Amino acid sequence: MSFKIIVLAKQVPDTRNVGKDAMKEDGTVNRAALPAIFNPEDLNALEMALHIKDNIKDSTITIITMGPSRAAEIVREAMYRGADNGVVVSDRKVAGSDTLATSYTIAQAVKKLGKFDLVIAGRQAIDGDTAQVGPQTAEKLECPQITYAEEVIMVNEDKIQIKRRLENGIEIVESKYPCLITVHGSAKECRARHAKYLMKFKKAKSNSELQELGQDYSAIWNEKPYLKIEEWSAADIMAEDSRLGLTGSPTKVKKIENVVLTQKESKILTPNDEDINNLMKELISSHILG
Amino acid sequence: MNNIFVYCEVTEEKLIADVSLELVSKGRKLANELDVKLEVIVCGDGIKDIEGILYPYGVDVINYAKDSRLFPYQTLPHFSIVTKLFQEKKPEIALFGATSVGRDLAPRIASFLRTGLTADCTTLEIGNHTENKTGKEYKNLLYQIRPAFGGNIIATIINPDCRPQMATVREGVMKKEIVSAKYKGVINFLKVEDYTKNDDFCLKIIERHIEEQKINIKGAQIIVCGGYGMGSKENFKLVHELADVIQGEVGGTRAASDAGMTEHDRQIGQTGVTVRPKLYIACGVSGAVQHRVGMQDSSKIISINTDPNAPINKIADYTIIGDVLEVLPKMIKYYKANTK
Ligand SMILES: Cc1cc2nc3c(=O)[nH]c(=O)nc-3n(C[C@H](O)[C@H](O)[C@H](O)COP(=O)(O)OP(=O)(O)OC[C@H]3O[C@@H](n4cnc5c(N)ncnc54)[C@H](O)[C@@H]3O)c2cc1C
Ligand SMILES: Nc1ncnc2c1ncn2[C@@H]1O[C@H](COP(=O)(O)O)[C@@H](O)[C@H]1O
Repeated sequence: MSFKIIVLAKQVPDTRNVGKDAMKEDGTVNRAALPAIFNPEDLNALEMALHIKDNIKDSTITIITMGPSRAAEIVREAMYRGADNGVVVSDRKVAGSDTLATSYTIAQAVKKLGKFDLVIAGRQAIDGDTAQVGPQTAEKLECPQITYAEEVIMVNEDKIQIKRRLENGIEIVESKYPCLITVHGSAKECRARHAKYLMKFKKAKSNSELQELGQDYSAIWNEKPYLKIEEWSAADIMAEDSRLGLTGSPTKVKKIENVVLTQKESKILTPNDEDINNLMKELISSHILG
Repeated sequence: MNNIFVYCEVTEEKLIADVSLELVSKGRKLANELDVKLEVIVCGDGIKDIEGILYPYGVDVINYAKDSRLFPYQTLPHFSIVTKLFQEKKPEIALFGATSVGRDLAPRIASFLRTGLTADCTTLEIGNHTENKTGKEYKNLLYQIRPAFGGNIIATIINPDCRPQMATVREGVMKKEIVSAKYKGVINFLKVEDYTKNDDFCLKIIERHIEEQKINIKGAQIIVCGGYGMGSKENFKLVHELADVIQGEVGGTRAASDAGMTEHDRQIGQTGVTVRPKLYIACGVSGAVQHRVGMQDSSKIISINTDPNAPINKIADYTIIGDVLEVLPKMIKYYKANTK
């Protein structure tokens, strides 16, 4: 039996290390100045997939990422850690997707891959913190979902037991296949790159990457098909245009407002003993403290 | 126009969750503005005095799917019940708590109904909209307002063409308000067999441990919040020390918890907890809009920051321009020396 695992991974701007030049004059994000990273919880998802692959012989892990063609970097990064192959879903038509259109696109790509046993996603992407794409993809695939997974308690070819991390506790649930799991950041961190895989997949490329480099890989791909990072367009995944991108997104941004902070009557203090002691004294005497 | 719906969560104690009562209160106001009824949907069993609890908040209809299999929460049965009810009643607006239940359920429902869903709204309002290209006018849409990624920006999201207009809101963002102890609605029992399939109960719950929340900053009167400017987990202990001596709670920013300086449960802001303490001390916090929406209603704000231009200073009552590592020990020392 071959067990098929699909991992959903997104390339995101690193909102955790927003540097000084990350904002433009008008207060919007300068995406160019933010490094693009593997969404952190998607790395936890990849680790869970690798763990399952360690336990079920003949498993394969396929990465699906939707984004600009540079998102092929994500697929390669996952391959260095043990994923078998990956697909970049890239098309001008998917630009501006909200989570409904994103999950539709991703579900179409999953369907093109054929029968699967598990889809594993991150809980949420740090550029939006929405945590919607996982459950929405599960609905489109008409399979059960297990959200906020922290640990695989038991796994075999028939069923899986997952510990879920809830707001105020934990829950262990059991599911048959197929099902979709979203992984919480408290799950095990992803293993490091493996030298063997690094050597094997270093030259893996997608079509657009090759075009940009002006290289021709047809001979190489013939000989080593694993070096091909698939790239699919909207047509490849048989998507209806009306359900993609901005057109397929029911939510619209009506307006974006810059918050102008009006200065409160703020007292400016120095870190001198006197200033601090006076402040503390005032807080105590006005019964805000003590 | 059709009615507004709130999905009510049931707690371990078989009560209606606070976040749901907050949403019901908001839903009541929106319903008044739109001149429609407010309905709730509750899935569970053995809920104590469900009518006595809900009506005073202004609920007109309680749709109650009463079945012991519906507690504890499981995605598929709740999903089937709510989607079927929504298909029958076609709500104008549907609100969910941004909790581990609401964030599991609402997206799956939105996907099935092919409608929009906005996560973690900080304000909900009613307003009109004119489509730029076509000139088409929309009356009385739900403005789903939340900070947007990057900079000091707040985005108003609308969902003009699909229904329901769906949003999730975190606990503590809206205020719980009783309308009248005498307010009366009706209860509508749903026949669970008609709303679910046997397949919906395919997931087995093997074990559950639900604990009292260990960290509870929601109701704290004094909060000392540490940001990325604390520099390290080691330095962050100073935040705990100050909070301990002045009997406050410790909060954190997302940057501080992402960096491992403190627990995620302490995160204050749009995607964390919303707080309104008497005193809020921000230590090395820049004051990004996602953080401010969770604390700007604090009565008194003190900011300690080396950068005189940090946005948090603008909303602070006192700004100490200085290094937290120098200032916090001085505050601790003075307080210890001058109180019993
Ligand atoms: C979708 C989304 C949701 C988010 N939700 C939240 C949320 O709920 N809560 C939240 O907090 N953030 C949230 N954020 C992140 C938010 O945008 C900011 O990145 C974050 O709040 C910044 O945290 P900070 O102020 O600790 O760090 P920084 O912005 O890095 O600020 C550190 C501050 O410390 C000061 N400083 C440095 N050294 C010292 C010193 N020695 N002494 C004194 N001051 C010093 C600096 O001058 C600076 O002002 C979210 C972001 C996104 C994209
Ligand atoms: N563009 C994308 N490509 C691949 N996976 C995605 C994409 N967007 C979201 N996901 C997956 O869905 C999860 C939740 O995303 P979100 O709903 O945006 O918070 C992420 O952690 C990913 O696993």
